[in-house]
Amino acid sequence: MSANYILKRADFIFKNENDWEEVLTKSLARTPNELINELISSELKGRGGAGFPTGLKWKLTSDLKSDEKFVICNADEGEPGTFKDREILSKVPFKVLTAIAICGYVIGARQGFIYLRGEYFFLQQEMKKAISEFEFFCKEIKFDFKINIFIGSGAYICGEETALFESMEGKRGEPRNKPPYPTAYGYLGKPTVINNVETMAHTYTIFKYGAKRFYDLGVQFSRGTKLFSVSGDTPKPGIYELELGMSLSDFVDEFGDDDTKAVQVGGASGFLVPRKKFSETSIGFEGKLVGISLPTGGSMMLFNSSRSMFNVLDNYLNFFAEESCGQCTPCRVGCQQLLRGIKAVKRGEKPAAYLDKLLNLAETMQYTAKCGLGQSVANSFSSIVENFREEMIY
Amino acid sequence: MGKKVKITINGQSVEIEKGTSILDAAKQIGVIIPTLCYHKDLCVAGNCRVCIVEVVGQKRLAPACATPCEEGMDILTNTHKVRNSRKHIIELLLSEHNADCTSCYKNGNCELQLLASEYKIMNQDFIHLVPFRNYTIDDYSPSIIKDDSKCIRCQRCVRTCAELQSVNALTMAYKGEYAQVTTFFKKSMNDVICTNCGQCVNHCPTGALVEKNYIEEVWAAISDKDKYVVIQTAPAVRVGLGEELGFDPGSRSTGKMVAALKRLGFDSVMDTDFTADLTIMEEGTELLTRLKKALAGNDKTVKLPMTTSCSPGWIKFIEHLYPEFLDHLSSCKSPQQMFGALVKTYYAKARKMDPAKIVSVSVMPCTAKKFEAARPEMHDSGYRDVDYVLTTRELAIMIKQAGIDFKKLEDMHFDRLMGESTGAGVIFGVTGGVMEAALRTAYELVTGREVPFENLNITPVRGMEGVREARIKIDNPLKEWAFLDGVELKCAVAHGLVNAKYLMDKVKAGKADYHFIEFMACPGGCLGGGGQPIPTNPEIRQRRAEAIYAEDAGMPYRKSHENPEIIKIYKDFLGHPLSEVSHHLLHTKYTPRRL
Repeated sequence: MSANYILKRADFIFKNENDWEEVLTKSLARTPNELINELISSELKGRGGAGFPTGLKWKLTSDLKSDEKFVICNADEGEPGTFKDREILSKVPFKVLTAIAICGYVIGARQGFIYLRGEYFFLQQEMKKAISEFEFFCKEIKFDFKINIFIGSGAYICGEETALFESMEGKRGEPRNKPPYPTAYGYLGKPTVINNVETMAHTYTIFKYGAKRFYDLGVQFSRGTKLFSVSGDTPKPGIYELELGMSLSDFVDEFGDDDTKAVQVGGASGFLVPRKKFSETSIGFEGKLVGISLPTGGSMMLFNSSRSMFNVLDNYLNFFAEESCGQCTPCRVGCQQLLRGIKAVKRGEKPAAYLDKLLNLAETMQYTAKCGLGQSVANSFSSIVENFREEMIY
Repeated sequence: MGKKVKITINGQSVEIEKGTSILDAAKQIGVIIPTLCYHKDLCVAGNCRVCIVEVVGQKRLAPACATPCEEGMDILTNTHKVRNSRKHIIELLLSEHNADCTSCYKNGNCELQLLASEYKIMNQDFIHLVPFRNYTIDDYSPSIIKDDSKCIRCQRCVRTCAELQSVNALTMAYKGEYAQVTTFFKKSMNDVICTNCGQCVNHCPTGALVEKNYIEEVWAAISDKDKYVVIQTAPAVRVGLGEELGFDPGSRSTGKMVAALKRLGFDSVMDTDFTADLTIMEEGTELLTRLKKALAGNDKTVKLPMTTSCSPGWIKFIEHLYPEFLDHLSSCKSPQQMFGALVKTYYAKARKMDPAKIVSVSVMPCTAKKFEAARPEMHDSGYRDVDYVLTTRELAIMIKQAGIDFKKLEDMHFDRLMGESTGAGVIFGVTGGVMEAALRTAYELVTGREVPFENLNITPVRGMEGVREARIKIDNPLKEWAFLDGVELKCAVAHGLVNAKYLMDKVKAGKADYHFIEFMACPGGCLGGGGQPIPTNPEIRQRRAEAIYAEDAGMPYRKSHENPEIIKIYKDFLGHPLSEVSHHLLHTKYTPRRL
């Protein structure tokens, strides 16, 4: 393990500067267009994992005329292996609240929501206190904005933005057909900006320091910093703010235990990278700088040689088979077939070649599932089966 | 609206209204895309994913039913990627489906089976999932059987129950591998708020929801030499039956149906239309009596609006959800139950028969009628008034089993005594029909003149809008109805329980000043009933409606009170409308149902 810091660490998000009142007041003094341009030139992309340009999202919603619009902060942090949003909300809640309010100002919404993961119920008390303090200040500066907390009920799928709206509307948490997209037809059918907690926190940084400071960090297509939830076989699990674009081998040098066999980038719905591909893999959004570039919602799980990749995959597939909303065929039945399929191969009830049929099925799921959940099962499935095929069979 | 976009489908350019789905666009140029969860009656779900197509430039495949056409889209519906994916999806559906086709009631009329056959799914490689589940069959309802092992979770039934009927008896529960269509706390369909309308059955693509069939019981009765089996045929059956037997939607097959029933061995084939006419006599008189009390007698206790009571789905709906309005229901039984009560009294007496030996069968476009026949209220003849209820589909099955070439049958007439009917009786099968029939008779009764509409066609109550209104002013009534002079009779019609709910909420809020409302549980009225041929969709309902109105126009009598057999039954048996005998046999009372 290297003792040198090769990874570029940063400290924006958790630095508690306690200057949110100033950031809010100053931002509200600027025009919505200025703020949108600031965001666009920062090239901030959504930190929930999908990486949609945040500035564009705000702009699309801001451009629409509607009697009502909403801002929603997605705190339904459910991806296995990620735990950063919880820390943001408990350590620096005011940054998030400020960002929500600025977004409301930009797009013309008078109401914001925090969709809080059911398991994070314990955060509610503190959050409510923060919100009432925040709203009190808004009243003082005559800025009409309300923030409410909506507690989820524990379904992973409700982190999917349209399923989240359905859940908030009191319906069964099932993803909607897209288009229309949330920017035009979101919560209650109104134009809605929905951003991950971390994305919101980054906009705070950008509005405070300006776009350039953020843009100068990271690499092309993947600007700025990102929080990583590091877990698994590592001597130092925890949350780290790092610049995007790092190579995976640098990451493993820093966090590995000298026996790292593979890293799961992006949680259960992300990709598994085996040791031989560490050096050609970088962490960031799609770009053609260094080999494969993998996006992540921040979950980095390290596995050492004591781990059975079959068990890892079995665990993920159990998760998906249970957490699929059950609405669309490829995801509902596909997940069960993948799960039962690898077990059948392992037990020798199906020939090894059956894995190829499953790989083909995973590809179909990627093309045809209704939402990100079913589409991304193939990520972990294919990357594990292709790289550790022998572990699946013997 | 009306903005056009240019797209290409399989290389063929087409200009289409912006926002049209790829599915509809393809259909317009003769490209068929298979569907399962899609149904013309329902909102787009996009969850079966069978209709996926390739949009050039997009990595993912798009569901044709849920994707609107955008300018410049280049769509391919038959690429390797599409076929491979679609085949996978069908295989997946089959892997969680109890595909025991040969022992399935829907064998031969199953959309999943058809797809599997089109795509030649020969080797089922995927692991069969059904054995891992503890599926149960719910057959406690007298109308509907629900078999979860055949469910493919397309949610058509769920959307039907919510969007068309606002009943929500069926809903999705659990998630992932455990996701299933179920009822409140997984109770039997018989024990929840379900109207037995059977729209879920009619919309189910597989055999997960089917009617409870009484085919074998009826065959047994027919072959029992001791029994005299009488069958009555509902108005809507004659315009639907043909669809099951090789005719196009909208074909009228009254004469062939009668001939087929005689060949099946029914001892007497008579018509529910006769008791539809009788319903008009009783219900019309009841309405006028209520109006008289309210308007002339200033009686504040009279319940207005009066509502119809022919649709058993509607009856159960009001019993559950608006029990405080039960007094607004006409006390008339439905035509089916009037017929049942009369066949074992009036008919048995006239034919000098032992009513105990009569088996009374009905063929209905309806599954709720099965429940209605089993109600404890329906034993006024001293026996169970209607012994077995068949749906249009079950009758078609019997005709096929008997080896009857339906197309070659010569038309025959209904048997006498309770077989004569009028155009007013036949339009009971279409939404607005009971209203129209009632107005034809009531108006004439009150004024001595025919209703002031060309050819007796009261067009304002016709059509397919969910709620329709009509107002008819009464001028110069006969002397005994003088209190109605200048009164505007306000009527409304609602079909589909979602519209019934809308109207009832208005009544409840005091925002509806109608005198008379016709409610039909099913969209389009009985012709769109849960027991009608599958598929039923807006276009088919329209055709069946046209057939019903054509049937009406071709009848020698168009008004219920002119039916010679109606005149005869009042003379020989009932006396007059609302007489004591009528009250005993033809009227009933319903009670609130709570759960």
